[in-house]
Amino acid sequence: MIALADGNNFYASCERVFQPWLQNTPIVVLSNNDGCVVARSEEAKALGIGMGVPAFQVRGVIEKNGVQVFSSNYTLYGDMSRRMHGILAQEASAAEVYSIDEAFLDFCGMADPVGHARKIREKVRRWTGLPVSIGIGETKVLAKAANRLAKRHRREEGVLQITRENGEEWLAQLPVGDVWGIGRAHAERLTAQGIRTALDMARWEPRKARQGMGVTGERLILELQGTSCLGIEEMAPKKKQIICAKGFGRPLSSLEEIGEVLAVYVNTVAEKLRRQKSVCGTLQVFLLTNRHRPDQPQHAPSITESLPEATNYSPELIAHARRLLQRIWRPRHDYHKVGIVLLDLGDNVQQELFAPKRNHDARMRLQATVDALDGAVRWGSMGLRNTMSLRAARRSRRWTTEVTELPVAKAR
Amino acid sequence: MRVTVLGLAEDFLSPVKLPVFRSGVRAGFPSPADDYLEGNICLQDLLIEHPQATFLVRIEGDSMREAGIFDGDIAVVDRALTPTHGKIVVAVVDGDFTVKRLVYRGCRCFLVSANPEFPDIEVSACSENAVWGVVAHVIHRC
Repeated sequence: MIALADGNNFYASCERVFQPWLQNTPIVVLSNNDGCVVARSEEAKALGIGMGVPAFQVRGVIEKNGVQVFSSNYTLYGDMSRRMHGILAQEASAAEVYSIDEAFLDFCGMADPVGHARKIREKVRRWTGLPVSIGIGETKVLAKAANRLAKRHRREEGVLQITRENGEEWLAQLPVGDVWGIGRAHAERLTAQGIRTALDMARWEPRKARQGMGVTGERLILELQGTSCLGIEEMAPKKKQIICAKGFGRPLSSLEEIGEVLAVYVNTVAEKLRRQKSVCGTLQVFLLTNRHRPDQPQHAPSITESLPEATNYSPELIAHARRLLQRIWRPRHDYHKVGIVLLDLGDNVQQELFAPKRNHDARMRLQATVDALDGAVRWGSMGLRNTMSLRAARRSRRWTTEVTELPVAKAR
Repeated sequence: MRVTVLGLAEDFLSPVKLPVFRSGVRAGFPSPADDYLEGNICLQDLLIEHPQATFLVRIEGDSMREAGIFDGDIAVVDRALTPTHGKIVVAVVDGDFTVKRLVYRGCRCFLVSANPEFPDIEVSACSENAVWGVVAHVIHRC
């Protein structure tokens, strides 16, 4: 048995945890360059604001309804994601981080899966303030379907299990386009053939699906029928790493100068990473003063942090590395070496086996590509100093990771 | 007041020891102290019992001074702890974060300041929603 836990309106919910005055206010979060809507609270959805729409198109609705607009704050979302995934991992014998806000959990042999899911949901809500929905089924595809149905039909309770007994009833309520792995084009073709719901699909002969949709289609049908083809893939062990660490030639003490050198090193390792077609999930940055000068103040800190999402994209890695550097660097020290280690390397392939996990994913990827090009252009033309000056006019504070941006509690 | 020295606090709060720089250091003379390098005190471990549930919150104002919480302090708020009677909590009042002591009087629930100048605030029975987290520690600059 497998469960899929998914943060509800994840980015919007993260914003709300630290801004309780937004409790019932509609919220939207915009993409990197404040271009498109990438997250909406329930209230914003109710106003008809679509996923992925350009912000300027919904300006009227936003102003008329007092919708709160945020630039994406990936530092915050990444930290909240890390917390959520940490809790989920404690609650299952195995957990697979599927995306920033989703994880598959191994519920094998669980006596009361619904009860346990309720417990998990309550724990995540209490510990982090984030609402999650949990779908349970015999297979990953069914867990994903159950999650989708939970969001639609079990809003309050947030937990839904598809069993052999109730399976037909629930799958009949799920449009075929909402089945994991069925993209829009496929959904249209299937609907034209009279296959409108997940149940219609589940009634297919698996071998027939193979003719139209290949092996993945066959597996999809089997999974819908309750035969598990996809196991829980836990995080791969950290067996590979890429390092770049060199002395400076002359001692450096300013954060800016060390940051520039670090950026060059990160770029070097990122190129290696891309050459071997990998992505990196964790960064380690370290600094060294000169050990052979005991007369000078010594400092040899290091810091390791997981990225919200694995990447091999230089500007992103540079930005992360610089933030880590900022946290360990101390003024009035002559450093003679800085180093970067890329850890937690994985293959740069789609995690999804079938196809994009949601329709909007394609749009978000397109946005990411545009952002990427933008970043690349900046990077070449503007030099290292302006690498990551993305437009983020309405970004909320980094409530959980910056000591100067902590939430304030009034003692008045 | 009796003071016991516990040992060195780690000068940098990373829970991860880096293997990389250890090998980098080998280039020079091995330090005789290297063999004893283990088990510094980690403030993180001391202050944070539930890392996923712990958030830092800046205190503004003097209403909790008699509880030893002062303007500018940083509260270590552990949302995994149960907000029981007498706990100091961060609560949401009128959409704002406030820090108070949670006090039950009979069936009624109050947020009480540790400073007589400030009146108690009664919260409706479902205090569940009003409490954001329990203050586990306070970091105060002397």
